[in-house]
Amino acid sequence: MNDWIAHLPVLLVVVPLLTAPLCVVVKSPRLARPLATAATFVTAIIAIGLVVWTSKQAEPISYALGGWPAPFGIEYRISKAAAWVAALVASVGALALLLGTRHTRPEVRDGHEHLFYAAYVLCLAGLLGMVATGDAFNVFVFLEISSLSTYTLVAMGPRRRAFTAAFNYLILGTLGGTFILLGIGMLFQVTGSLNGADIAARMAELHTSDGQDAYASKTAHVAFAFLVCGLSIKLAVFPLHQWLPGAYAESPSAVGAFLAGTATKVIYFQLMKVCLLTFGAAFVFESLHFGTLLTALSLVAMFVGSIAAVYQTSLKRLLAFSSIGQVGYLTLGLAFGSQAGVKSGLLHMGAHGVTKGALFIVVATMVAAVGSDRFDRIAGLGKRMPLVAFAFVLGGVSLIGVPGTVGFVSKWALLQAALGDGHPLIAAMILLSSLVAVVYVWRVVEVMYFREPQSDAPLRIDWGAFTPAVLLLLVTIVFGLYSGPVEALTDDAAAQLFGAHP
Amino acid sequence: MSMYLGLWHYWVVIVLMMTGLWVVIAKENFVKKLMGLSVFQVSVIMFYVSMGKIEGGTPPIYLRTDDGGVDLSAVYSNPLPHVLMLTAIVVGVATTAVGLALVVRIREAYGSTEEVDVAEADRAEEERLQLATRGGAP
Repeated sequence: MNDWIAHLPVLLVVVPLLTAPLCVVVKSPRLARPLATAATFVTAIIAIGLVVWTSKQAEPISYALGGWPAPFGIEYRISKAAAWVAALVASVGALALLLGTRHTRPEVRDGHEHLFYAAYVLCLAGLLGMVATGDAFNVFVFLEISSLSTYTLVAMGPRRRAFTAAFNYLILGTLGGTFILLGIGMLFQVTGSLNGADIAARMAELHTSDGQDAYASKTAHVAFAFLVCGLSIKLAVFPLHQWLPGAYAESPSAVGAFLAGTATKVIYFQLMKVCLLTFGAAFVFESLHFGTLLTALSLVAMFVGSIAAVYQTSLKRLLAFSSIGQVGYLTLGLAFGSQAGVKSGLLHMGAHGVTKGALFIVVATMVAAVGSDRFDRIAGLGKRMPLVAFAFVLGGVSLIGVPGTVGFVSKWALLQAALGDGHPLIAAMILLSSLVAVVYVWRVVEVMYFREPQSDAPLRIDWGAFTPAVLLLLVTIVFGLYSGPVEALTDDAAAQLFGAHP
Repeated sequence: MSMYLGLWHYWVVIVLMMTGLWVVIAKENFVKKLMGLSVFQVSVIMFYVSMGKIEGGTPPIYLRTDDGGVDLSAVYSNPLPHVLMLTAIVVGVATTAVGLALVVRIREAYGSTEEVDVAEADRAEEERLQLATRGGAP
């Protein structure tokens, strides 16, 4: 029994990774669906188990793959923050898959459903692998595994635009991935290592040793620039966000919910690791002053994303643009370069992941009933599907950050981080941009409650699709009211990221 | 001067990379974009490969000394970057394959592989949809 527990870090990745070929082999959606669902739930349980495990010890879990010790072998390194991200990704992934193809059957071509499930669990494996691995090159491999499967998943969308959205994502995503690869190569040139912790140790060593200062090394600077550029493309940091609305809005409903809840969060965690662990906060924030640039980009993203969301005329696109704004809050937390800021980032990652995942599933329920997410089709839905419309409002309220929801908990942490760092102006801008969020959520409320519906007939709710949304919304409310446990968890995780034990 | 000539392999990488990036950005044909993307990826592979090569180094296979032992005094090239590139090449091939498959589907759906045509078709469709809405719900 104990043997099994020792292998949990690798099982987190292996379970979904091995399910993918199984789904292809069984060739029948009737078998592939329960297989994939079971695998995602097992993975979620493993991830939650890792949260418990990491919370009990000061050091991160280190797992040597194949028994080859780091820095020579590939090391899986689960810190508290990594376990937190993995739990978020795996749970949202499992719940979004419940939408499956029963509700996306008109969206996915007949005879392709088992491939949908295969690509889905493969994507999950890639995302979790990026979170778990402590090896820089391994990050690239898992990034490409998740990206390639995401391109195919997006292309399975119901409209022909899904193809162009997937193609755009492929071009930009590959550029980003290749930049990351180049950055890793240069980092290898500077330090001669690929293991994250080892690179960090060598960077610090080179900094203090006489003769060559790694902090002044042009190669280290350029490596950092390439890594950040690549990650920013995949994270959809403001000017590099063009792929996101198409990818979120045109993909099948389950995929939209999955991606919106998880993909950018994982990349954000990578950015965190690069800034805080690999290069070290001293190099990134004190020597390069990266925080200033990131703060500026975050503030612009917060406003541009939210304002663009106000002008959308379909729900999925509105939520997608809102995501671009929310990425701004994430990066802002990191930009402070303080422990409080990182804590707020980790919190907001969870809050936004759960909320956005829930909202996309709610939209999927609406699409299942009225056939489209365009505003003219969902008009008057407050009367025809009161429960679903109310669920959307609830999620929207959490997006804005109203007290009582988890969105408030994370925004409050961000505000505290801004004030604690002595930036009252930035705190004011956070509040101001939240007002823009009020506007776009209100627009949907106006359409759903105050516009005349196309017909008065009440619509049947597809509970198979709606239940996961209810679960996720319950999470947002429960953790909004009892925020103690998550606050303590992210506090510890941030302390560990900053502490002596990366 | 020697700094620039001595590091000629980096110039190859830079030229290849910028060529690829330019093709991706400037060309409006989807297939050409993918070609540019491949060139772009290959430049990074060249970067890694040249990084592992050490001047005067032999392939990283242990040489035997006369008495049958392992010659540790010889200079060996660094095998690690080369090994990493095996994976990167696979990734590159997979990306191109997925990209080309998407182009096939785009051509089936739109009848063109030009970015302008596709954008035009999407715009026309959007207009039709809006007209239909206005007509349907006065």
